[in-house]
Amino acid sequence: MVAAKSVEAPNIGFDFSNYARNQFFGERLQGIPKATSTGTTIVGVIFGGGDSGEEYGVCLGADTRATGGPIVADKNCEKIHYLTPQIRCCGAGTAADTEFVTNLISSNLELHALSQGRPARVVTAMTMLKQYLFRYQGQVGAHLVLGGVDVTGPQLFTVHAHGSTDKLPYVTMGSGSLAAMAVFESSFRENMKREEAIALVARAIRSGIFNDLGSGSNVDVAVITKNGTENMRNYEMPNERGIKSRNYKFRRGTTAWTKEAVRSLIVSEEIKSTTGAGKDQGGVEVVPVPTGAGAGGEEGMEIDT
Amino acid sequence: MELNGGSVVAMIGKDCVAIASDLRLGNQAVGVASNFDKVFPVNDKLYYGLPGLATDVYTLKEHLRFRVNMYRMKEEREITPKTFTHLVSSTLYEKRFGPFFIEPVVAGLPTATELDPHPKPFISTMDTIGCITTPKDFAVAGTAQDKLYGVAEGLWEPDLEPEDLFETISQTLLNAVDRDALSGWGAVVHIITHKEVITRTLRARMD
Amino acid sequence: MALYSQPPMSYTQEPTTAPVEHRFNPYSDNGGSILAIAGKDFSVIAGDTRQSEGYSIQTRYARKVWQLNDKAVLATNGFAADGTNFVKRVKQRLEWYEHAHHKPMGLKSIARMIQTMLYGKRFFPYYVYNILGGIEEDGTGAVYSFDPVGSYEREACRGAGAAQSLIQPFLDNQIYFKNQQPEAGSEKFVPGNLPLSTVLSLVVDSFTSATERHIEVGDGLEIYVVMQKGRSADDLLDEKKLAPGLKVEELGALGEGEGERTFLVRQSLKRD
Repeated sequence: MVAAKSVEAPNIGFDFSNYARNQFFGERLQGIPKATSTGTTIVGVIFGGGDSGEEYGVCLGADTRATGGPIVADKNCEKIHYLTPQIRCCGAGTAADTEFVTNLISSNLELHALSQGRPARVVTAMTMLKQYLFRYQGQVGAHLVLGGVDVTGPQLFTVHAHGSTDKLPYVTMGSGSLAAMAVFESSFRENMKREEAIALVARAIRSGIFNDLGSGSNVDVAVITKNGTENMRNYEMPNERGIKSRNYKFRRGTTAWTKEAVRSLIVSEEIKSTTGAGKDQGGVEVVPVPTGAGAGGEEGMEIDT
Repeated sequence: MELNGGSVVAMIGKDCVAIASDLRLGNQAVGVASNFDKVFPVNDKLYYGLPGLATDVYTLKEHLRFRVNMYRMKEEREITPKTFTHLVSSTLYEKRFGPFFIEPVVAGLPTATELDPHPKPFISTMDTIGCITTPKDFAVAGTAQDKLYGVAEGLWEPDLEPEDLFETISQTLLNAVDRDALSGWGAVVHIITHKEVITRTLRARMD
Repeated sequence: MALYSQPPMSYTQEPTTAPVEHRFNPYSDNGGSILAIAGKDFSVIAGDTRQSEGYSIQTRYARKVWQLNDKAVLATNGFAADGTNFVKRVKQRLEWYEHAHHKPMGLKSIARMIQTMLYGKRFFPYYVYNILGGIEEDGTGAVYSFDPVGSYEREACRGAGAAQSLIQPFLDNQIYFKNQQPEAGSEKFVPGNLPLSTVLSLVVDSFTSATERHIEVGDGLEIYVVMQKGRSADDLLDEKKLAPGLKVEELGALGEGEGERTFLVRQSLKRD
C-alpha cells in the first residue's frame, strides 16, 4: 500500500530552497534586501525587597520605533513580547526574528507548564532561548532582555543572538543601550520602590529615544510582580505629530482615470421555495443561498454567509 | 527587488480601505511590460499586493491561493484580513534563510461578527521575512518605498470618504512612482467599501 | 638526518598572509535635509538643524542655510565640514568681488561661480549638495540647485539631502501640481505663483513629514525668506496669518541695502 503523501513538503523548521538562488541574485544585483531591524532601546530592572517595603518585581521597558535603514518602518511597534503570564521578553535586532523566536518559545513554555503541572521558570525560558539561538550560530538575529517573576523570585537576563546570557539587576540592549545604561549607571539603586523603578526605566528609554537615532516614538513599560503583570503600552508618548499646517484633501476629479470596474457586493435574489412539489409550504423557513459573487461563487460553489 | 521594480500602497479611510499598485515589469532599467498587476483578491473585501521579484510574485500568489483555499475548506468560512496577514507572515518566515524577495501589503474590510460587531478597516505590511506592521494610516512597499512614505505622510488625512480616499491614494502613488525609475508605467487602484469594490486604471506617465 | 636544518630558500615562496590595505576615508555623511522654493517676488530656502553621524546626533543645532548677501541665500547638505568650508570660500570670493566692482554679485553670477568652484575640485570634490536661492536682478524669486561637482539648473523648487526622496515627490505634487487635473472649465495650474503663506506651510509640512519617517531629520527648522525690493512683508510679519510655533526675525542688510529684505523663520521639530 502506498503511504499517504502530504500535498506540501513537511513544514518543520526553515526552508533553504531559495538560498542558492538568492546568493546568485546577491552577486548579480546590488545585494540582498535588508530586513526590518529594530534599532532599539530595551531595558530591564529588578526592584522591591530590602527596606523598600514592597515585594520584589521586574520592570521592563522599550521604545516603539522599527527602522529599515534610515527610514522609520513602524512608528509604534510593540517590542515587549509575551512569553507566559509572568514572563515577558523585550526584543532588539532583526524584527521578524524577535517576533518568531518569542512566539515559538512562548508556545513551548505553555506546553512545558502543562506537562509539568506548574508555571515555567524564567531560567527555563532563558535556557530554551539560548539553546535555540546557539543552534543558529547568531544567524537568527534576536537580542533579548528577558524578565519575570517565578517561584525563585524576580529574574532578569539578557540573551544575545549567539546564545550567551547574562544575569544582572539592571540591563540594557539595542542601539540605544549605551544611552540607557548611562542613566542606569548614574541612578540605579537596589531595592527601589515600584514607582521609582518605573520612572527610572521610562527615563532610560527616553534617553535612548532622544539620543539614539535608531530609537524613537513612545515608551512602553511592563511591570511583573508575583501578583501578575501590568502592561503599560504607550506609558509615555513624548513624540506625537502635531497638526499639519494645511489640509491636503483633493477636489474630487483631480486624478484622471481611464477604466473603471465596479463589483457590487450586494447580492439580491428572489427565492422561490420548491419544496413540496413546487408549492410553498407553511412553516418552512427559506434560507437564501448566495451564488454568483465572491471567491468560489464564480465557479458555482456555494459559500456560507 | 531592483530586478523587476514595482510598488504598492494601501490606505485606510472612513469605513473603507484602498490598495493601489503600479503596472511595470522591468528587467533592471529596461521596461518589459506595462500590464503587470501586483494586487490580487483573496475574497470579496480582502486584497493584497506583492511588490518585489516577479517570479516570487507568482510563486507566492499561487502558494497563498492554495493555503487560503485549504483554510476555507477546513474552517468553512472566509479568512479575515488579520488571519491572512499572519498566514502570509509565517509563509515568508518559513524561508528565513532563503527569502522570497517580496514585501507584501494587505488591505481589507473585516466582516462584522458576533464577537466584533464593528470591525475597523485593516491594512498591514511585512518585510521580506514576515515581520508584520499594522499601521493606522497607510502602508507602503516596493522600489518607490521612500518616496511613497514622504508623499503619503504629507497627503494622508484621517476619515476620508471612499471617493476622497481614491484621490489621495492615487495622487500618492502617481507622484511617488514618477520619481522612481523602476516603478510606474500605469497604475491601478482598488477601493474597498462594504457595498462594492471599485477598480480604476489611472492615466499615468508612461516614461 | 636532514641535510639542512632549514629548507633552502625557494624563489616561489608565497606570502602566508595577504597584505591588508588600510585607507583613510576623508568623507562622512552628516544627514539632514534642505529645500528651496521660488515664488513670483520671493524665494524660500530651508533646512533642518540636526547634524548626525551613524546613529548619533553630533549637534541639534548646526547651520545648513547661510545668508550670502542681501539677495542670495545658500543651503548646503552632505558632509558638514565641506559644507561650512565651501560657504566660507564662497563668502570670501563674494567679498573680493565687492572690493573689485563696488557692487554685490548678482544671483545668477553666484550660481555660475559656485559651478566653477565645485568643478575646480572635480577629482577631490566637496561632498556637498548645494541649493542657492534668492532674488534675480529682474526681481523674480529664483532657485538654483547643484550636484557635488557643479552641474546646475534653475528651478522653481528643489529638495536635497537625506530625505530628498521623501520631499521631492511631495513638492512635485504641491508646487508643480503634477498629476493634478484642473477643474473642468477652469484655467490650467501654473507653478511658481503660490502665495508666501502657502509656500511656508508646504515647507513646514514637508519637514514635519520627513521628520516622521527619516531618522536623520529633526530638532529644528530654519527657513530663510528673501523678498523683492518694495514688496510688502505684511503677510510674513502679521502673526495672525502665520502658523503657530513659527518665529520670525528680520535680518539686517549686509551691504549698502538695495531694498531686498531677508527674514529668518524658525520652528522646532521633533527631537527623537
